[in-house]
Amino acid sequence: MSRTHVTCTVNGDEVDFLAADDTSLLDALREELGLTGAKEGCGTGDCGACSILLDGRLNCSCLVFAPEAEGRDIVTVEGLADGDHLHPLQQAFLEGAALQCGVCTPGFLVAAKALLDENPDPTETEIRYGLAGNLCRCTGYDKIVRAVQEAAVQLNGAGK
Amino acid sequence: MKYAAPTTVDDARSLLADNPGSRVFAGATDLVPQFRGGRPSPPLLVDLKHIDRLMSLTHEDGQWTVGAALPTSQLTGNAGFTAAFPGLAEAAGLIGSDQIQNRSSLGGNLANASPAADSVPALLVNGAQAVVATADGTRTVPARDIATGPGQTSLAEGEFIIEFTLADPPAGTGEAYLRMIPRSEMDIAIVGAAVRLTVDGAAVTDARVVLGAVAPTAVSVPDAEAALTGAALTDGGLDDATLAAIADAASTVCNPIDDKRGTIAYRRQVAGVLAKRAAAIAAERARNGA
Repeated sequence: MSRTHVTCTVNGDEVDFLAADDTSLLDALREELGLTGAKEGCGTGDCGACSILLDGRLNCSCLVFAPEAEGRDIVTVEGLADGDHLHPLQQAFLEGAALQCGVCTPGFLVAAKALLDENPDPTETEIRYGLAGNLCRCTGYDKIVRAVQEAAVQLNGAGK
Repeated sequence: MKYAAPTTVDDARSLLADNPGSRVFAGATDLVPQFRGGRPSPPLLVDLKHIDRLMSLTHEDGQWTVGAALPTSQLTGNAGFTAAFPGLAEAAGLIGSDQIQNRSSLGGNLANASPAADSVPALLVNGAQAVVATADGTRTVPARDIATGPGQTSLAEGEFIIEFTLADPPAGTGEAYLRMIPRSEMDIAIVGAAVRLTVDGAAVTDARVVLGAVAPTAVSVPDAEAALTGAALTDGGLDDATLAAIADAASTVCNPIDDKRGTIAYRRQVAGVLAKRAAAIAAERARNGA
């Protein structure tokens, strides 16, 4: 099958790849660009494990066709850390044990970043609604919510 | 399956004419699960999101124009729109997660023709008109004429919705949408109820009631509209007899399915309850806006 050449920005770097038109952006990220942080859970937009930012907006990359990425700005979980310095969300998830098996974690981190970018000081209810598109089968969510609250405190304290 | 991203309605029209069996899409939030479920994929997918007209939201000369492919998060995030159409904004804000709302669109919700589409009853109580791209031009039809049954529409092959137009609600209008789902979030409605009321002084002068998820398409409830029109509205809201009449009418008009999310009897009863509650909220909003 013919493949389309796609050029886009991923985590700040201009990249290009070839993908069949019916490839999902998730598969292109994982298989063409080697960015395996985003996971396929359901493949139908229900679980949020494949969450990415597309032009700053939270999206399920399983619902996006790879050619749609042309010219767009994409952030995946790999783009959260600053070199070896973890993002405050990642640090809070780590310290708060907000993960068990870890499959949903990249999606939660990206969704939490989208939430805090929009609302730097969310209430617990706002966090729970903001993360309602991400499913976790292990943690019971409480530790995830607390980690996001902790990260918000860190981010706000740092004057960001 | 090939992908194309036309930038004009004309280009989209030509692509669809030249490639029979093609599908248009905006967010693909319903399309991808259909393909995953084994639905045959079309030869060509036409992405409508690069056509400015389908992605715009404007308010001019007493009329809102909503691009059919505009992500619903951009509707719910627009203060002027949510103030004008609080029920429609509520309905759009109930569809899926933030991830979904950054992709989902009013055009997709209507053209996918799910009986449970949340935004559709709210679109219909507002008398939305759909501007449809046809083979050689456009036609404007009431949005209520688009969906004809589950997964079925009146759109001919190659036609697609460009935008919706909604007139500014008259002064003294209130609108609300409520739905019932088995869980607290992220589920599909087993009943949806949209009510729009216009009041003048102490009486209702215009009423529209549309239910979702209880029939093959969204359905109007003329008997509830008749009970509401002329009804007195006091500080205590609508009177009990009017509310009971609305509930009875809503339960009666239902033609629901029995499935794992709700039985026929349950859906009928809940339709009455939600219609009544949505009417009470709409009445309150109408009084506050009058």
